[in-house]
Amino acid sequence: MSHDSTTGTAHPAGTVRAPGDPGWTKLSPRLLLVNLSMLAGPLALFALTVALTGANLQALISLGSLVITFLVITGISTMRLLTTRFRVAGDRLELRSGLLFRSRRSVPVDRIRSIDLDAKPMHRLFGLTSLQIGTGEQSSSSGRKLSLDGITQQHARELRRLLLDRRGGARTTGHGEDLTIAEMDWAWLRYAPLTVWGVGSVFIGVGTAYRILHEMKVDPLELGIVKSIEESFGSVPLWFGILVAVALTAVAGVAVSVATFVDAWAKYRLEREQDGVFRVRRGLVISRSVTIEERRLRGVEVTEPMLLRWAGGARLNAIASGLGNSEENRSRRSLTPPVPRAEALRVASDVLAEEQSPTEFADLVPHPRVARRRRVNRGLLVLAAIVAVPLGLGLWLTPVLVHIAWITALVGLPVVVALAHDAYRALGHGLRDRYLVVRAGTFARRTAALQRDGVIGWNITRSYFQRRKGLLTIGATTAAGDGVYKIRDVPVGAGLAFAEEAVPKLLAPFIERVPPA
Amino acid sequence: MDDVRLRPPRNRVERRAIGWWTLQSSMFALPLPLVFGVLYLCIPPARPFFGWAFLISLVPSLAYMAVMPVWRYRVHCWETTDEAVYAASGWLWQRWRVVPLSRIQTVDTLRGPLQQLFDLSGITVTTASSSGAVKIKGIDHRTAQEVVEHLTTSTQATPGDAT
Repeated sequence: MSHDSTTGTAHPAGTVRAPGDPGWTKLSPRLLLVNLSMLAGPLALFALTVALTGANLQALISLGSLVITFLVITGISTMRLLTTRFRVAGDRLELRSGLLFRSRRSVPVDRIRSIDLDAKPMHRLFGLTSLQIGTGEQSSSSGRKLSLDGITQQHARELRRLLLDRRGGARTTGHGEDLTIAEMDWAWLRYAPLTVWGVGSVFIGVGTAYRILHEMKVDPLELGIVKSIEESFGSVPLWFGILVAVALTAVAGVAVSVATFVDAWAKYRLEREQDGVFRVRRGLVISRSVTIEERRLRGVEVTEPMLLRWAGGARLNAIASGLGNSEENRSRRSLTPPVPRAEALRVASDVLAEEQSPTEFADLVPHPRVARRRRVNRGLLVLAAIVAVPLGLGLWLTPVLVHIAWITALVGLPVVVALAHDAYRALGHGLRDRYLVVRAGTFARRTAALQRDGVIGWNITRSYFQRRKGLLTIGATTAAGDGVYKIRDVPVGAGLAFAEEAVPKLLAPFIERVPPA
Repeated sequence: MDDVRLRPPRNRVERRAIGWWTLQSSMFALPLPLVFGVLYLCIPPARPFFGWAFLISLVPSLAYMAVMPVWRYRVHCWETTDEAVYAASGWLWQRWRVVPLSRIQTVDTLRGPLQQLFDLSGITVTTASSSGAVKIKGIDHRTAQEVVEHLTTSTQATPGDAT
């Protein structure tokens, strides 16, 4: 990569370009190595199977088709490598690709809403990365997304810088240089086991391993190591076996969630760059970099899943527009890993440039007590459904199940009431300066602070029971984040007055006063 | 202190919409009882079972077809002003939506085959929010066109990208 190609001095257009090519740049030829290395996995598996099981026809066919599939994929990516050209010309990013189906795309630089850098392990090994450019189209077809899959990391950084500089001219926020807001602190690793994903992934992992072994004609239950375990522990009582299994699953679950945490959040760094963009970088094996424009940031959301909340931890998400559809939004909105609550709030206040995080609002308006009764009732309904299954079967088949049913009911009742009470206490809403603050949830408590001028409409819903109790659920719709932030179960009068105060004049023409009955 | 509440939007949907909703609901409420009825006629030994199945599936279906459309008709209303679109919908779950004209992104009309049968039309007003669309269903075809025209002209008059 030639160094005269950085922003704008050597070339009048300021294009990042490879020497000898008039304006257009190719993907890095190193991508060829990445493509070839993708073949290594299936080929190794192929060789291993042949060596282990001999030339079993069925295995040969299934593995052969796997290898052919990968060959085709490699061929397609190589074709893409050979045909893709891109350049920044004036204020447009242009992209040509394809041999049979030729496509040319041209995107005005100031339409670009997001620039992400993702590097898969193989790309990393060869110093490559892929640059994803989002233009904020509502269409969910991923084919429309601009992606330069396989340019050198150096080149990607320069191109990203160039696009950010071009976009909207010189929009500076006064910060002279990049400012680090938060960085990885390995003490946060203690929050890693507090996710339920660990245990779930153990089951998925064991299932997948079994399937693969089964596919390779190896019965895991017949393996020597399993046999020897069975022999030495075959005589222990059942309850002990179950206990050991549970403990093993828990330990493995913790290990998996710690590994997931490390993989996702190693090298984490949140920065505010010179011209009003935030950049989140993270990832050990797959390194990601997400860019969020400050002017598209509409607020933040503090998320506290139950276990994490008990441990005093929280996560911070950005509420921003232009992060893609809801699935993409979910994977790109994270501003912090699970961190101590105070740290999440500090990052929130830094990101929003407020003295204190607007989510940290002591006097959120509580919701009426009817809201609590609704939550208790809902919990009881769920409990009743759970109890009904063994009860029904028990009356029909065996009294043991009836006993299980009433014991479940007895244990479940206080749990349900406690959860309902917790859910009720979580409910709250309020206005703080230019933010609308909404809090709800017990399994995952979310406190969202949304800019009031980001509210683009109201959705009001009332169920049959809410109408009887004089309640309503009012949702502030917005272009950012989840699209709607709901204030659940507020009295009609108070809810409408709050909405009117949050966004004056929008709801007023549709509200009427009635004298008290 | 006076209490406040949402007033219903000014315009009702067409009365014909009741017929449309009834026909629409019959399409998924009736097949099951019909199947049981046919089985009742065709398999005499199993008559006691299919007779009861027929009745048990028919009664809620008919109740749904009788109640839902009328209830919906009483709830569904809409209104456009110079500032906003306001619409109410639903029956058991009721929903009121307000979108300021300045935030509208697209205005579509959609007429399914059943709506065409009743000479009805539906309007969908979308915003930049993934859950901010306002749908007005069951209004007269010509009214719908006027509304679309009104909304389109006033949307074009507002600058910005409506986010």
